Amino acid sequence: MSLETLLASFATVMALVSALLVVWQRSAVVSALFLVLNLGSVAILFLTLGGEFLAAVQVIVYAGAIMVLFLFVIMLLNPAPPKQRFASGPVVTGLTFGLGVVFVAALVRGVMSLAGSGQEMSAVGPGYGSTRSIGELLFTDYLYPFELTGVLLLVAMVGAVVLARRQHHEEV
Amino acid sequence: MMDAAMLKEIGEIVLRMLVIFTALFTGVGYMTLVERKVSAWMQDRIGPNRVGPAGLLQPLADGLKHLMKEDITPPGAHRAIFIMAPVLVLIPAVASFAVIPIAGEGFNLQDLGLPWDWTFLPYIADVEVGLLILLGLASLEVYGVVLAGWSSGSKYPAMGALRSTAQMISYELALGLAILPVILTTGSLRLQTIVEYQGGTWFGFLPQWNVFIHPFGCLFLLISIFAETKRLPFDLPEAEPELVAGYHTEYSAMKFVMFYMGEYSAMIANSALMATLFFGGWQVPGLDLPQPWMFLVQALAFATKTFFFLFLFVWVRWTLPRFRYDQLMDLGWKVLLELAFINLLIVAALVAAGVM
Repeated sequence: MSLETLLASFATVMALVSALLVVWQRSAVVSALFLVLNLGSVAILFLTLGGEFLAAVQVIVYAGAIMVLFLFVIMLLNPAPPKQRFASGPVVTGLTFGLGVVFVAALVRGVMSLAGSGQEMSAVGPGYGSTRSIGELLFTDYLYPFELTGVLLLVAMVGAVVLARRQHHEEV
Repeated sequence: MMDAAMLKEIGEIVLRMLVIFTALFTGVGYMTLVERKVSAWMQDRIGPNRVGPAGLLQPLADGLKHLMKEDITPPGAHRAIFIMAPVLVLIPAVASFAVIPIAGEGFNLQDLGLPWDWTFLPYIADVEVGLLILLGLASLEVYGVVLAGWSSGSKYPAMGALRSTAQMISYELALGLAILPVILTTGSLRLQTIVEYQGGTWFGFLPQWNVFIHPFGCLFLLISIFAETKRLPFDLPEAEPELVAGYHTEYSAMKFVMFYMGEYSAMIANSALMATLFFGGWQVPGLDLPQPWMFLVQALAFATKTFFFLFLFVWVRWTLPRFRYDQLMDLGWKVLLELAFINLLIVAALVAAGVM
């Protein structure tokens, strides 16, 4: 077993365990922290796959910015821990079970199609996953989705500003 | 089984880590002394001079004192997170040194007259996206501060933590935008490439450092790192007249010291980043010596440049008064971000036009 396989297995176990703990914890802050751990483990998985840029961006954007804001909001609101660990009732249970079955089926189907296709996996070329190659893809093949995502984020930002301003006016 | 080649590689890595981290922690210890000595000097006092010759053993005495103090966890604290927080402050700051290059090329230990055929490389890890790793680690530094404030279960630390989160997130944007022009002209995120790019001179005397190409980027980065390290004039998270000591109010003994070690490590890391990105890192124009001397002189040059910025940090702290919190936010969002963005657009246009 090479060092990379060992690291990848370790990161996989970490990702799974921390993901479980995210839903299992009662304290919202501790949950959020396990989500950070989960994101970090996924970043390590990216690294073992040769995606240095993706790994770094995963840490900067998700762990460094989004989760910090999550924590910030949780601490400001300071919600009381729920009395029950999970919501229950026939509707919720049925829905959860149904969705779970669909999800697992989709996952199995996806893995099966990869394994049974007889298609040989081609080796990736040098520079695969590098900053340069990702940048080139984003600005050539995926230019329109990329720009549209930008517009979407802008709309969200303008919306947030409008909502915040309106409330401000009503108070005054 | 481990063969000789693997053993050699592990040996080299361990040696590099030992040397670089020992240098870093010695630097952290002595920065506290520099801070006290320089502040004394600026205020016409003598400063610490009792322990050792000219007070040089003061950091050791301080460390020993804190090790022996009582370690208190307040009753309202969330115990596990309370213990974890100081570690989370220290680790990202120290880890950033893994990617910073301290010299141009490695040398063989045999050049020093040692019996081992090992190469001493000028960095712990040579990463293609080194600069992004640095930014990522810097963005993780917030966690320690936020969790320290929250887990203390007390109001002043919570206020300090909220302030610091808002501050660090605000200034991270300006910091990233200040660095981008350098990446545009260099075309690489690898720190060693960025430093190598700054070799040579213009007109035979002016070194080709990025500061002369990107004076504004350099200025914006300097302001941002003052806010990122929470130093005066931006030390609102621990403003003592308002918040006692901010997020680390409830900490005592060695945990308290770890916050300070984290702060000084972050200061050294950011000073090293300034030196690397804008002041040529280890570059000394026109230097040509046989190894290991080349390595030593370059490492010394890098340390000197880093120390210049560390001195600047101390100098500013004891010179300027503190900002108000709304002024801090206004400066970050309404001034610095826009100016850094305009700077980036201009540089991008010049690069696209082929001028730079």
